Amino acid sequence: MREIIVIIMGAVLVENFVLVRFLGICPFLGVSKKLNTAIGMSGAVIFVMTLASAFTWLVYEYLLAPFGLEYLQIIVFILVIAALVQLVETVLKKLVPSLYKALGIYLPLITTNCAVLGVALLNVERQYNFLSSVLFSFGAGLGFTLALILFAGVRERIEMSDIPESLKGLPITLIAASLVSVAFFGFQGLFQ
Amino acid sequence: MLDTIWIPVVVVGVMGLIFGLGLSYASKKFEVAVDERVSKVREILPGANCAACGQTGCDAFAEAVVAGNSPVNGCPVGGADVAGKIAEIMGVETSDVEEKVARVLCGGTNDTCRKKFDYEGVQDCLAAANLFGGPQACNYGCVGLGNCARACPFDAIVIENGLARVIDSKCTGCGKCVAACPKKIIEMVPASLEYTVCCSSTDKGNIVRKNCDVGCIGCGRCVRACPVGAIELKDNLAKINPELCNNCGECAKVCPTKTIQIFLCRKLNQAAV
Repeated sequence: MREIIVIIMGAVLVENFVLVRFLGICPFLGVSKKLNTAIGMSGAVIFVMTLASAFTWLVYEYLLAPFGLEYLQIIVFILVIAALVQLVETVLKKLVPSLYKALGIYLPLITTNCAVLGVALLNVERQYNFLSSVLFSFGAGLGFTLALILFAGVRERIEMSDIPESLKGLPITLIAASLVSVAFFGFQGLFQ
Repeated sequence: MLDTIWIPVVVVGVMGLIFGLGLSYASKKFEVAVDERVSKVREILPGANCAACGQTGCDAFAEAVVAGNSPVNGCPVGGADVAGKIAEIMGVETSDVEEKVARVLCGGTNDTCRKKFDYEGVQDCLAAANLFGGPQACNYGCVGLGNCARACPFDAIVIENGLARVIDSKCTGCGKCVAACPKKIIEMVPASLEYTVCCSSTDKGNIVRKNCDVGCIGCGRCVRACPVGAIELKDNLAKINPELCNNCGECAKVCPTKTIQIFLCRKLNQAAV
């Protein structure tokens, strides 16, 4: 039980994918302008990350490792993730249209999200077993959500502030992001 | 040596093949029946996904049109050309659909409306409105810091003397200003409606008089003057029903708040342009 908590909380706080590992910065800056789009994107990321890492783990363990093809992992993982997202989209559209509508454009966008690929590669690197890798990916998705929602709040305040002309737009956003990131480094060493 | 080449080629190739077959099977099996009119309408649209129609993009607009939630001429970018083609697909006449324009339901300029205080904060209506309801003495008045003008994709709103004004000839009826106004005093009305009560205050007449020279005091003279019964007085505020109004102008003649609260928004605007 303790191990499960350590893995999830570690992925959310200590190794927050966006703010500590700097993965998935593109959607982080892209959709954090408004709280509701941030929530939509986060839901899609949690969903796809968990599913994708389960599949990539199986592919790695039963296909790549036995044939000694570990060096193919990046290209194969991308293939698996892209195919999986496409499949999920088709199935959702038919079976759960409401969820499909809620996730909207964000679902196909995640195909190329480096955080999703990153979590799959990390699972392999750390030699997690199946359950641990699923938990770790779920935690990573939660961490992404936390970062996005926190930052959406920050950005909504930035919108209202009086900012020097040269810093308006992305510059001030990146500065704010780095400050939030520094705050998250405070979680280092939370677990021994 | 050859093994190191063909094994990965076969593995990745076979995986790709399996995924491809699986996906094509899934897309057939889970096919969702789409109204063919949606894709036809979508093809005609400009495809810029500008969202000026009020929907999230061209796809959403096409769906809304077919579902009957959006007018066939709802795409301001495509204009009459696109509207005609969409109307053809939907089997309606474009003239069946009424054009709409935005109207600012306030007449209080810096000269006519009193001030509670001088506002020197962030130049944003929402920020100002959150501070004691804005610098205007009237809590229903236009803040005049231009959130609507900034939201308008067509530069159809100008701020003049502390009051937002819609230029009818540029307004496409997208409704973005309605959403942007923190005071909720912008309304979409049929473009044919020539008279509008340019006030939103539901305060009692004496309070309106104290705050503003041009506010509706709810005297009801327009209601009695209207030959077709199109004006209704509710919460000390006259309101014209666009479906009944015949643009005769009797209401504007009798309105006692001298700067004529019920006035020719459209004609004044056109004269000014």
